[in-house]
Amino acid sequence: MALPSYATNSERIWYYAFRIICGLIFFFLVAPIVVIIPLSFNAQPYFTFTKEMLSLNPAGYSLRWYDALFSSSEWMNSIANSFIISIASTIIATALGTVAALGLNRPNMPARALITAVLISPMIVPLIITAAALFSFFARIGLSNTYFGIILSHVVLGTPFVVLTVTASLAGFNETLIRASQSLGANQTTTFFKIILPLLLPGVISGALFAFVTSLDEVVIVNFMAGPSQTPMTVRMFSGLREEISPTILALASLLVALSIILLTTLELIRRRNERMRGMSPG
Amino acid sequence: MAKSETRGRQPILAADGTPLKDALRRSQAVERRRAFSLVAPLLFFILIVFAIPIVAMIWRSVYNPEIRNYLPQTAAALADWDGEDVPPEQVFQAMAADMIVGTENRTIGRAAARINREIPGARSTMMRTARKVDEWSSPYREKFLEEDEDWANLEFWRILKRESRVITPTYYLLAMDYEYTSDGDIAPRSEVYQIYKQLFFRTAWMSILITGICVLLAYPISYMLATQPTRIANLLLILVLLPFWTSLLVRTSAWIVLLQQQGVINELLVGLGIIDSSGRLRMIYNQTGTIVAMTHILLPFMVLPLYSVMKTIPPSYLRAAKSLGAHPFRAWWRVYFPLTIPGLAAGCILVFILAIGYYITPALVGGDSGIFISNLIADNMQGSSAQLKLAAALATILLVAVLFIYWLFNKLVGVDKLKFG
Amino acid sequence: MKRTLILTAAAAAIVAGGAIAQDKELTIVSWGGAYSKSQIEAYHKPYTEKTGVEILNEDKSANALAGIRAQVEAGNVTWDVVDMLQADAQRACDEGLVLQIDPDEWLAPAPDGTPASEDFIEGTMGDCFIPQILYATMFAYNTEAFPDGGPQTIADIWDTEKFPGTRALQQIPQKNLEWALIADGVPDDEVYEVLATKEGQDRAFAKLDEIKDNVIWWTEGAQPPQMLADKEAVIATAYNGRIFNAQVNEDQPFEIMWDHQMFETDGWAIPVDTGKEDLIKDYIKFATDTQRLADQAKYISYGPARKSSAPLVGKFEGTDIDMKPHMPTNPKNLETAIPFDVQFWADYGDSLEERFNAWVAG
Repeated sequence: MALPSYATNSERIWYYAFRIICGLIFFFLVAPIVVIIPLSFNAQPYFTFTKEMLSLNPAGYSLRWYDALFSSSEWMNSIANSFIISIASTIIATALGTVAALGLNRPNMPARALITAVLISPMIVPLIITAAALFSFFARIGLSNTYFGIILSHVVLGTPFVVLTVTASLAGFNETLIRASQSLGANQTTTFFKIILPLLLPGVISGALFAFVTSLDEVVIVNFMAGPSQTPMTVRMFSGLREEISPTILALASLLVALSIILLTTLELIRRRNERMRGMSPG
Repeated sequence: MAKSETRGRQPILAADGTPLKDALRRSQAVERRRAFSLVAPLLFFILIVFAIPIVAMIWRSVYNPEIRNYLPQTAAALADWDGEDVPPEQVFQAMAADMIVGTENRTIGRAAARINREIPGARSTMMRTARKVDEWSSPYREKFLEEDEDWANLEFWRILKRESRVITPTYYLLAMDYEYTSDGDIAPRSEVYQIYKQLFFRTAWMSILITGICVLLAYPISYMLATQPTRIANLLLILVLLPFWTSLLVRTSAWIVLLQQQGVINELLVGLGIIDSSGRLRMIYNQTGTIVAMTHILLPFMVLPLYSVMKTIPPSYLRAAKSLGAHPFRAWWRVYFPLTIPGLAAGCILVFILAIGYYITPALVGGDSGIFISNLIADNMQGSSAQLKLAAALATILLVAVLFIYWLFNKLVGVDKLKFG
Repeated sequence: MKRTLILTAAAAAIVAGGAIAQDKELTIVSWGGAYSKSQIEAYHKPYTEKTGVEILNEDKSANALAGIRAQVEAGNVTWDVVDMLQADAQRACDEGLVLQIDPDEWLAPAPDGTPASEDFIEGTMGDCFIPQILYATMFAYNTEAFPDGGPQTIADIWDTEKFPGTRALQQIPQKNLEWALIADGVPDDEVYEVLATKEGQDRAFAKLDEIKDNVIWWTEGAQPPQMLADKEAVIATAYNGRIFNAQVNEDQPFEIMWDHQMFETDGWAIPVDTGKEDLIKDYIKFATDTQRLADQAKYISYGPARKSSAPLVGKFEGTDIDMKPHMPTNPKNLETAIPFDVQFWADYGDSLEERFNAWVAG
């Protein structure tokens, strides 16, 4: 929407005002996330930019909070716990969700709308309600304070994303491709691995990434459910933020921002590849 | 009708000689079963690990077994009592018997704790009496009354009788700041105890406000994203997706770092001499903190559906309107805006539904005035005065509200239209 | 049916597997921060060294009563030993959630042979409660905020003209209501009597209203020293041990105001149905003996609950600081002290907490 040469003055003003407003909104979105990264290198235990930092004096910067993070067995254990829980729940959620999405997209699926609504509901129900419900239920069947219980609850939270993303990638699916493959003599297995899976894969991967991030970031349920040996990093961060916020948390937060940049890039690459494969975009 | 039709014509047969209709129906049934069998594992999983626990929680919010379980004989004896006068000897006898059993099993305190919720101090009266009762013999009534005048308190007995119902609406009344009076009527609680109604309203209006701010902020940037060339739009989209993919706790801690009194913004303002050090702004641990942080966190959920709708609106529509003489604003309002309503609706409902259930962010940056009903649910699940059943009742009310909006969303937009990234 | 069987078998295997792993393990629930550290140094580490039993520390004592209730009700008790307040332990005891303790069977006698039941300070031992320490909650302030001298009495705390600035109070009614009544002129020995009446409660809340705009709230013991250090608050209520640690370890310019300190007992309770009673008994006998209780005072300034431990209390670990003057039980610090009324709060806690929470959020 470049400004046409015949624009009036008021259009000109509006054009630039609009760009400035948008710039400010983008700034609002990104600045808070960016700002914690330099602060995590603060040599002082403060949450502001010290004079040394602003004058780019190297003495104002240090790796002490990263050092504190990596040398703390409590933090490292909880980070390990987080990854154990997230990876396990992602694998289960992806398997269950993908298969279910394949079923939901069959033309003969009975009660599709109702079942979809039920499968998506864990994403909609507030976490505190899920936590309240699962807390008592899991305590009763002996699953509170166990990895297994936490993983099950995260599978519940993760599957809606897998179902949605896989469904979305199936929605653009061209049925004639299957027929073409079969008419060219491929059997069902070949068709699945050569045609269906490659087209499905982007949806599966982004669903899995969503499930992974959801589990990695989850704090409400684990806060009620985790015993001392399962405490994940989010619970430690949450109590740290409530009690005595230390720059160590900012170091971990910066690493998590780096992780989200990696995930985001992965997704973007998948999306582009996907569009190319479907011939939607020329590039 | 259908019969007369078939009578007139010969049924078409499939290759194996069965009527084609039947064969088709059979094969469709097989297809349906196949489709369902793919969905079944997840469906059963969700039912067992999600739906059943929620139903159990709803059941818990009305289930009130303490008196019935731990004072069974008293509950039975009170059934005939008219509530007008201190109960007769047989009630006291039943109470004495229950107390002896309850002391033996160490469960008498659970009944006492239940009553103490209604009458502070009843706990220690009951516990004191229960320790002595095995030395007494009938008639018990005088001995009870002699031991403590509270045993003549009609309110105590009325509550006992009322709470011996196994199913009770008590916790729903509490959740809406109502209670039973000693006559058994329902009345608002004393003002000093009222809190939940206020919190439900606050949660609603703050969520509406946050949704509104999200619309104001999301609309221009979605428009910009939709009208830029793909390459630039993709770059700008990253600015929306980065916060979307960043941990909630990370974003909340970023706001703590920015907004607190010793935080980046206050230091900056002091450093620039705009405010002096004693006049630091309070931007966090209050409603402002909650609104700012939650707007930031939920904004991508508004941008993404809006953007995906705006992308599909050809820019030529707006140009056409203008070239036909419409004022730019009028053209936008009459042509462009109506086309964006589906995206707007999806974004609003999504943001609102997420906002009213928020817990973590208000807990960390909301102070006292910026907390939501979820925080009170959590509070009622913890602490030495935890009331799990009240928490369950509050959660059920919130759940009904959320499910209603979800239903509305599904009807208006369709849940399968949700897209991410 | 078959699937259910497999699921049940899988679940049973997981639960059983967990049980085996937990055989030489104790989960101990406590308050976290400097306090847990003192227990780890004085009790847990020596015990693990002696027996090889691994100790898991869970910082959930603020939720001790609700947690035990939920676990016992669900029939799935995962906490083995719980550090809790006497008032909460009393309630848990009445409700049959924790074991009744015969002190002379469970606890070691003093070194001179005095049986445990006589060695603990009078009134601290409960039916289900094994006291460890006496601690005080009192006001403390950052001296930098008051160059001309800080508040000296409870009345000063309410004097926001003379002592301006934010106060950090614990977000519970306990102690705050007592102090409000004292600030309002109620004599020390009538506080609980007044607080048991509706008028007394109204009076206490009205007095708190006077400073509500100057108050921020804390919920965890680690917060008040942090708030004072960041000058988010200039005056704060706190546990005396936390302030002491900040003074000594972090060199913070804090001063404790002992006027009308409220002291209370904290100790162990043992949930029922842990299935590990022998191991727990062995741990408790070790952790509550005379030497161990005295050792804990090396790490935090709380008074040991055993009389025989008092003479053994020495200096703060790694320093030359004599701990005795910093103990809440030091006579000078006790002059205007109010003993916290466990019985009163067991009775009125629920109702006052409800009212307090409504008041805070309102």
